[in-house]
Amino acid sequence: MKIVIIGNGMVGHKLCEKLIARNSQQSLELVVFGEDTRPAYDRVHLSEFFAGKSARDLELAGYDWYAEHHIKLYTGDPIRSIDPATKTIHSHLGLTENYDYLILATGSAAFVPPIPGVEKEGVFIYRTIEDLELIRDYAPKVKSGAVIGGGLLGLEAAKALIDLGIKEVHVVEFAPRLMPRQVDEAGSKILQTKLEQLGLHIHTNTNTREILGGQNITGLKFSDTEAISTDMLIISAGIKPRDELARHSGLATGNRGGIIVNEKMQTSDPFIYAIGECALYNGMIYGLVAPGYEMADAVASQLMGDNKLFTGFDMSTKLKLIGVDVASFGDPFSTGNAVRTIVLEDQHKNIYKRINLSEDGKQLLGGILIGEADQYNMLLQTCKNKLVLPPDPETIFLGEKNGTVRQGGGVLDLPAEAIICSCEGITKDTICCSVTGQGCESVDTIKKMTKAGTGCGGCVPMIKDLVTGTMKAQGKYLRNSLCEHFSQSRQELFDLIKIHDLKTYDEALDKLGAGHGCEVCKPAIASIIASLWGEMILKKGNDTAQDSNDRFLANIQKGGSYSIVPRIPGGEITPEKLIVIGQVAKKYNLYTKITGGQRIDMFGAHVTDLPLIWEELIAAGFESGHAYGKALRTVKSCVGSTWCRFGLHDSVSFAIRIEERYRGLRAPHKIKSAVSGCIRECAEAQGKDFGIIATEKGWNLFVCGNGGSKPQHALLLASDLDDETCIKYIDRFLMFYIKTADPLTRTATWLNKMDGGIDYLRNVVVNDSLHMAEQWEAEMQALVNSYKCEWKEVVENPELRKRFTHFVNAPEEKDPTIKFEPMRDQKKVADWK
Amino acid sequence: MQTITHQKTQAWFEACHTHDVPHNGGVCVKYNDQQIALFHFARRGEWYATQNECPHRKQMALSRGMIGTSGDEPKVACPFHKKTFSLITGECISGDECTIKTYEVKVEQGLVYIAVDGHHENY
Repeated sequence: MKIVIIGNGMVGHKLCEKLIARNSQQSLELVVFGEDTRPAYDRVHLSEFFAGKSARDLELAGYDWYAEHHIKLYTGDPIRSIDPATKTIHSHLGLTENYDYLILATGSAAFVPPIPGVEKEGVFIYRTIEDLELIRDYAPKVKSGAVIGGGLLGLEAAKALIDLGIKEVHVVEFAPRLMPRQVDEAGSKILQTKLEQLGLHIHTNTNTREILGGQNITGLKFSDTEAISTDMLIISAGIKPRDELARHSGLATGNRGGIIVNEKMQTSDPFIYAIGECALYNGMIYGLVAPGYEMADAVASQLMGDNKLFTGFDMSTKLKLIGVDVASFGDPFSTGNAVRTIVLEDQHKNIYKRINLSEDGKQLLGGILIGEADQYNMLLQTCKNKLVLPPDPETIFLGEKNGTVRQGGGVLDLPAEAIICSCEGITKDTICCSVTGQGCESVDTIKKMTKAGTGCGGCVPMIKDLVTGTMKAQGKYLRNSLCEHFSQSRQELFDLIKIHDLKTYDEALDKLGAGHGCEVCKPAIASIIASLWGEMILKKGNDTAQDSNDRFLANIQKGGSYSIVPRIPGGEITPEKLIVIGQVAKKYNLYTKITGGQRIDMFGAHVTDLPLIWEELIAAGFESGHAYGKALRTVKSCVGSTWCRFGLHDSVSFAIRIEERYRGLRAPHKIKSAVSGCIRECAEAQGKDFGIIATEKGWNLFVCGNGGSKPQHALLLASDLDDETCIKYIDRFLMFYIKTADPLTRTATWLNKMDGGIDYLRNVVVNDSLHMAEQWEAEMQALVNSYKCEWKEVVENPELRKRFTHFVNAPEEKDPTIKFEPMRDQKKVADWK
Repeated sequence: MQTITHQKTQAWFEACHTHDVPHNGGVCVKYNDQQIALFHFARRGEWYATQNECPHRKQMALSRGMIGTSGDEPKVACPFHKKTFSLITGECISGDECTIKTYEVKVEQGLVYIAVDGHHENY
């Protein structure tokens, strides 16, 4: 069987894919003619050309793909005529091919209204890569630009002008509102307000009478009195099906254009089919890619012996226009007695949501979402699959605000035949089966196997949920086990260790684990025990379960020497104490450096010297700074209102109070904090696990910030708190973190993994939604009360002190392999060998 | 237990008292100019000895590492970069191509002895 396809756009290419997929008998001969000089490319993401994507990046498949599948592809060669009687076609370059079946996928062209002056330089259409290249080359010369057409593509073109650096951009729409085909009047108004806030000039209800200028465009004339000046214009006033070839060949076409097809996509000649934007089905041109793909699938099915029909396609769509979410689904406009609508119109945040319900309120008919479209996928599925709505249907689009939980289940509740990926027409069943049958366990493998999620990408979050959900259902879900010795997660172990009142690593391993432990579970369990009971970490045999730094209460450095950081709360230190640090460092030949956390670090101490050094530091009033532990490190502060002319509150005093409250607190990872005395934020509190910033009325509490390799700004948890409330919230926040985070997870990562994010966290900490606040505050107070300086205990306890030697059989000797070299009047450790 | 290569010159070196070594942890033993890491795997009632130097970055640190098991294989993790080595064969079991020397250990009347070579070698 020989099939000839005229047109190598997205839909024509999709047909090739669909035919190849069904061509297991190798019985097909495929010939493709494209007018364009390049093979099919992705027009849906055409605008990304301006964001730096090359024509190559937009390519759907190159010449290689066609060659590999033995498809003859002629590019840059449009078809001149079709002779249905002899079943032959003639190309512009003189080729003649006969066919068994012919498919027209000729697409559409931009509709250019007959406005005087359209021929002027600086007037463009927005259709192909070539158009975009012309626009890109012209744009640097201009200060202002305009787009005729306030539909989907027109607004994309406007965005392109903004991206090209054009300061003043106008959108001119003939209809009374933007996006008249997708959005109702109220929604349009919100969209318009939002776009105007972003700097677009929007003229609705406006007819362009004339394009002004000489050789080059200088402006648009709307009426005798109204005009705007503009240096360039993009016309995006709709599409015009490319039906001229069909018409000239005697095929039936519609009055207003389009090749008439039946539900098999057959034209008036049963051996000729038409698909995509050139096809007129049921009086309608489908100007989106998904229905075009659906048509391609129907044709492939017909030609290869099945009987899949095209019966119309819903035009649901979701996109981000200039950063504004816009979505419409089902029947967005349905009105009448049998329809109930629920509308949310937030003129403050510029959010508009409308859903149309059946009279009994049980079914979702369609809707519109502007400004926030997170629920689009679920609403679309609910609509398409006619799922029964919850008794309070508004909850399905009001979401999880104010602590109410969203009703109506998730993607797992959808029926098996639900279409998850509309672009490729992939059902839930297909995705789930590739998880269970083909072992796809990631979105990427699902993409490769089924092509789901490879189009617009909007369904990727649902695919992800389906993959994890299906794996979970199979019992295949990987438990968040600590290691080979403990099958439980850290959170489970935390609770179990508490319930069983376990005080040592060995007890925990005997009771809850198996085998003999390792370097993963030892420090994790030791940390849980420390967080729970607040006992000295080196006692009861727990010393050898501690990571090396905790075991020696110091930070091991290159070469095997240690560094020492005494606590300097809030970064405040007296001259006397500074002198002591200087004397100690000099006596033990230590390299000194100011740390990022407003403390002083002393490097190069032999393990044997550690107790001696600490004896002197403790005598001078210092205590451990826990720089070695997964524990509270420092609470940085700015100088605050006591000295600073901008300071609102005494940030140093508060930082000292905070640091002294949480010192020694063991956690899944280190914790850093800071207090700033005013909004200038000199203490960088927003980069900390918890940060406090003074306001006129009290303190703002920020949480889950991070510096390090993946910096993340902290998020505001609560505002204008008094000292006591602030501390209460920090107590709850820290206890919640300590109890639930995975090992070695900083607060930022912990929050990123938390369902519901900061809103959920705020609910737990501020609104006490779990009713744990009182218990957590009491537990924190118990830990605060049990605090003792670890180093003081070691210095005073000969048994513990005995472990701080290098040679067990020569305790007075130091490790002779540790070598230092001089550098800038101090010393440095010799480099790694 | 491992086989000793220099059978003829092997000697038992008295390292320390059993109570000098923490349960399920290690200490460093000085033997002439060598450093030997000695471990008391109390959970299994076993004693092990290896070179103290981690071959990865040549750090005298293995005696301060955490010990444990991988399957049934006793191992030690270097505190610097958590490279792990079998306490029986000395092979690196975290994927690197390096091996540490292991020594035979015996305990008699509260004293721990390590089987050492007669030569003074550096490892």
